[in-house]
Amino acid sequence: MNNIWLIVQREYLIRVRKKTFLIMSILGPILFGAILFVPALIAVFASEDNKHIAVVDKSGLFKDKFENSKSLTFTMLNVDIDQAKAALKEKKYDGVLLIPAIELSNPQGFTYFSEESLSPMTKSNLERTIRQQIEELRMIRSGIKKEQLDSLRAKIDIATVKMGKEGEKASSSDAAMAVGYISAFFIYFFIFLYGSQIMRGVMEEKTNRIIEVLICSVRPFNLMMGKIIGIGAVALTQFLIWVVLSLGITIAISMVLGLDKVAEARAQGQLEQLQQNPDMANAIEVSDAIAAVASINVPVTIAAFLFFFLAGYLMYGAMFAAIGAAVDNETDSQQFMLPVSVPLIFAIISLSAVIANPNGQLAFWLSIIPLTAPVVMMARVPFTGANWELFLSIAVLIVCFVGMVWLAGRIYRVGILMYGKKPTYKEIGKWLFYKA
Amino acid sequence: MNILEANHLVKRYAEHTALQDVSIAVPQGQIYGLLGPNGAGKTSLIRIITQITAPDEGTVNFMNEPLSPVHHQQIGYLPEERGLYRKSKVGEQLMYLAQLRGMKEIEARRRIRAWLERLGLMDWADKNVEDLSKGMQQKVQFIATVVHQPLLIILDEPFSGFDPVNSNLIRDEILELRRQGSTIIFSTHRMDTVEELCDYVGLIHRSRKVLEGKKTDIKNAYKTHIFIVETDAPVAFTENGYEVLQSEQLEGAIYRHLIKIHAGTTNGLLQACMAQANIVSFREQIPDMHEIFIRVVAAHSN
Repeated sequence: MNNIWLIVQREYLIRVRKKTFLIMSILGPILFGAILFVPALIAVFASEDNKHIAVVDKSGLFKDKFENSKSLTFTMLNVDIDQAKAALKEKKYDGVLLIPAIELSNPQGFTYFSEESLSPMTKSNLERTIRQQIEELRMIRSGIKKEQLDSLRAKIDIATVKMGKEGEKASSSDAAMAVGYISAFFIYFFIFLYGSQIMRGVMEEKTNRIIEVLICSVRPFNLMMGKIIGIGAVALTQFLIWVVLSLGITIAISMVLGLDKVAEARAQGQLEQLQQNPDMANAIEVSDAIAAVASINVPVTIAAFLFFFLAGYLMYGAMFAAIGAAVDNETDSQQFMLPVSVPLIFAIISLSAVIANPNGQLAFWLSIIPLTAPVVMMARVPFTGANWELFLSIAVLIVCFVGMVWLAGRIYRVGILMYGKKPTYKEIGKWLFYKA
Repeated sequence: MNILEANHLVKRYAEHTALQDVSIAVPQGQIYGLLGPNGAGKTSLIRIITQITAPDEGTVNFMNEPLSPVHHQQIGYLPEERGLYRKSKVGEQLMYLAQLRGMKEIEARRRIRAWLERLGLMDWADKNVEDLSKGMQQKVQFIATVVHQPLLIILDEPFSGFDPVNSNLIRDEILELRRQGSTIIFSTHRMDTVEELCDYVGLIHRSRKVLEGKKTDIKNAYKTHIFIVETDAPVAFTENGYEVLQSEQLEGAIYRHLIKIHAGTTNGLLQACMAQANIVSFREQIPDMHEIFIRVVAAHSN
C-alpha cells in the first residue's frame, strides 16, 4: 500500500510540473469564458452597427411606418430618386430605400441603394416592415376596419415561451439544462483527455522497458492503480483550477461589461438570433442559467458530479490502462480504443435527446448502462435531483467499475510483459485466466 | 546455507512449457551462473524468483522462508531488456526506484550519492536520462538494481552493450558486492564471464535443468584426462594406457603432445615421458565452460 502512494505522488508530480499542464490550466477557462461571452459580445457589437437610411416613398403608403430603432434611423425624403442617390454619394445616408408607386395586388420594384451590402438582419427588418404595411392595407381594402384590425392583433413575445417542464419555472429548467450539459461534457472530456494519458503512460513504461524493473518491486495491480489515481488527481486539480479561474474570469468580464449590458444584448438579440443561430441561443441561455443556478439542488448536483467524475474516470481509466498494457505502440491501440470510445461518444451524442426528455426511456436506460451512465446520468441529475434512479445508476456503476478494474488488472499484469505482435481479443481473453 | 531454493518448478504457457520440474539451489555469498541457450527458460525462472509471475507448480524458498512480497526489498533485478524513464532526472528516478523498494528517503539519498560518485555520474544527477550516453544509462540501471543493498542480486546479461572499460568497472563492482556478502545470480550465455566470475553454475536446456554444481566440481567431472606435454624430443608409447592424440613441433625444437590417459596415473605418464625426453612443461587440459556447455547441450538435444 505504501508504494501505491509513492506511485501516485510521482505520477501526479511529473504531470503537474509539465508546461502543458500550466498552459491547459490557463487556456481552459479562457476558452470557457469565450464560449459564454463571445456570442453576447457579438450581439452587443452587432447592434451598434448604426445605419441611417433614407426612404424615397413614391407610393405614399409608408408614411411613419418605418420606426427608428437603436440600430436603424430612417428619414423620409420627398425628393426624386436621383437627388437621393446624390445625397447618398455625399455620404449623408448609409443607404436609400426606393419604394416605387406600387399596385397593392402586385407590389414590385423595392430597391435598396448603398455602398455597402445590406446585412441579412437589416434586410429582413426592412422587408418585414414593408410586408406588414402592405398586408394591413390589403385587409383594410377588403373591408376590415382599422379598429377591427388593431383588436385582432395579438402581441406575442416568443422569448418568454419556453419548453419548461410543467410546474417548473422556465429559468430553473434553463439552469438545469446548462448545468447538465456542462457537467456531462466535462466528465466526457476529462475521461477522454486523462484516460488517454493513462494509456500513454502505461505504454511508455512498457516500451521503455522500465516495467520489468518496476514490477519486481511493486505488484502490477498497485502500479496500475497508482497510475490511475495519480492521473485522476491531476484531472481533479486541473478541474479545480478551471473552476476557480472561470469564476474569476466570469466575474471580471461581467464587471467590465456591466451585467446590464449583457442582459440588454440578450433582450435585443434574442428574437432574431434565436431563430437564426441556435448556438448563439444556447450560449445566451447559458449565461441566463448561471444566474438561475440557485434554483437547482446544488449539493446533490455537486456530489453527483464528483461521484460520476471519479467512478467514470476510474472505470474508463482501467480500460485505458489495459489497452496501454496490451499494445506496444499508439497505432496498435486504435483497434482497442474504438470499442471503448463508442459508448462514450454515443452518450455525448444522445445528450440533447436526454436533456430534452430527462425522464424518458432513452434517458433512463442510458443512465443505468454503466458505460454511458457517467455522462448521461450526470446530465439528468440537475433535473431529477436525488431519486431512486440516481441511486440505481450509482450502484450499477460501482459494481461495474470494481469489476472493470479487476478485469483490467488481469489484462494489465500479463500485457505489460508481452512484446511483439499485437494481441487479438481472443488472446487477451486468455490472459484473464493466467495464473499470476 | 542456500539463500534461494527453487523446488520442482513448472511453468506452462498457452503453447509451450517454459519450465519442467526445475530445481535450483543458490548458496549464499556466491556468484551463481544461470546458463542456457536462448529460449531455454532462464527468463521464466528469473521472473518466478523476482515474483513477476508465479509458477504453476513448485515452491521457492528465500532465506529458508517461502518467497513472498516481503522479499521484494531484498532482491535486486537487472532485466536483460531494461530501460528508464527517458524524461526523468537521474537522481529523482533513482530516488523513486529506491523508495519503491522500501528505502527511507534520507538513507536512499546517501546511497544514491555514494553510487553516483563511485561510477563517476555525480555531474549527471540532475540531467534527464535521455541526455545520457548509453553506457551511462546502463550504469544508472546498475545503480538502480543495487541501491537498496539487496541480499540477492539477479543480473540478466549485465554486460550486453557495455564497452570493455565499463564492463570491467561493473565486473569489479559485482565482485565487490560479493565480498560484502551479496549473492549474485548471473544469467548469461557469455562463457568467458562465467569462467571468470562464477562460483556455481546451473544449466537449463529445453525447460529442464541439465547440470548444476560448483564450477570446479563440474569441470572435474568433465575432465577428459588429456594432458599437454611439451618436451625437447618426440615421445611415443607402446603401452595401451597412454595414447598420443596429437603431436606437433613448435619453434626452437619443442614438441607439444596431447596425451590421453586411458589407464594409469599422471605420475606414470610423467615418468614414461621422462624416460624418452626432457620435460619442458606438463599440464592437464581442463575443459572450459564453453566446451562443457556445448557438450551438455548437444547431449540433451536428442
